[in-house]
Amino acid sequence: MSPTVRGTKPADFSIMSFPNKFIPALVLGLALACSASGQVKSGQPFPALTGHGLEGTLPDTAGHVVLIDFWATWCAPCKASFPAYTEIQREFAPRGFVLLAVSVDQTAAPYEQFIERFKPAFPTVRDGKQKLISEVRVPAMPTSYLLDRHGIVRSVHSGYHGESTVKALRDEINRLLEEKS
Amino acid sequence: MKTRLRFALALAALFTLLAGCTTVQPWERATLADATMRPDRDPLHNAMFEHIYFSCEAATGGRGVGGSGCGCN
Repeated sequence: MSPTVRGTKPADFSIMSFPNKFIPALVLGLALACSASGQVKSGQPFPALTGHGLEGTLPDTAGHVVLIDFWATWCAPCKASFPAYTEIQREFAPRGFVLLAVSVDQTAAPYEQFIERFKPAFPTVRDGKQKLISEVRVPAMPTSYLLDRHGIVRSVHSGYHGESTVKALRDEINRLLEEKS
Repeated sequence: MKTRLRFALALAALFTLLAGCTTVQPWERATLADATMRPDRDPLHNAMFEHIYFSCEAATGGRGVGGSGCGCN
């Protein structure tokens, strides 16, 4: 018989008791950490564009249908999307549509060179400190967020898949522009 | 008590190892996407490496040649 202090229960120091309590807590903690990834999804309001130290002039987005595209000069599909986005901007801008390209380049030189060479027809800003994108937490590069006139994310396009992405965007922009504000 | 201490030490070691793991987010991949990270970035290096590889491995058909292993190709 093991020695015990009178009136007290012996503490359970067996190897099984500690992991039995710890492992479920660890699994729960990991699950919570994974679920709290904080990605902005459809149906959620998009974070305010101000207050993140974006370099460049922000366009007036109030009451407009807005497409916010996160891109970088080191991302080939991002750059490949620019001609199609130029067309979309030209087609829908007169109806109250704004396309904003947010570069996540940390260094200014490649960003400025690309903008100088391509001269996009839509506004571009640089999130050099990657504050906005850290809040939005895009799933891939590029990712574009289509917002309705109230700033609510209505669709998220992860990656650029050429014609299929462009067609989906055109349909969704048309639908949102036809919605009453 | 000794077993519990061992378990705690093993757990501490596991957490120390896990602390070295991180996920590179999609927007943080500028360095990884750089051309200098490509193994085939230098055509001259590639040509020299292929020559050496073929010279070393010719007896077994070099790269992708299904020879008999005579080393005569």
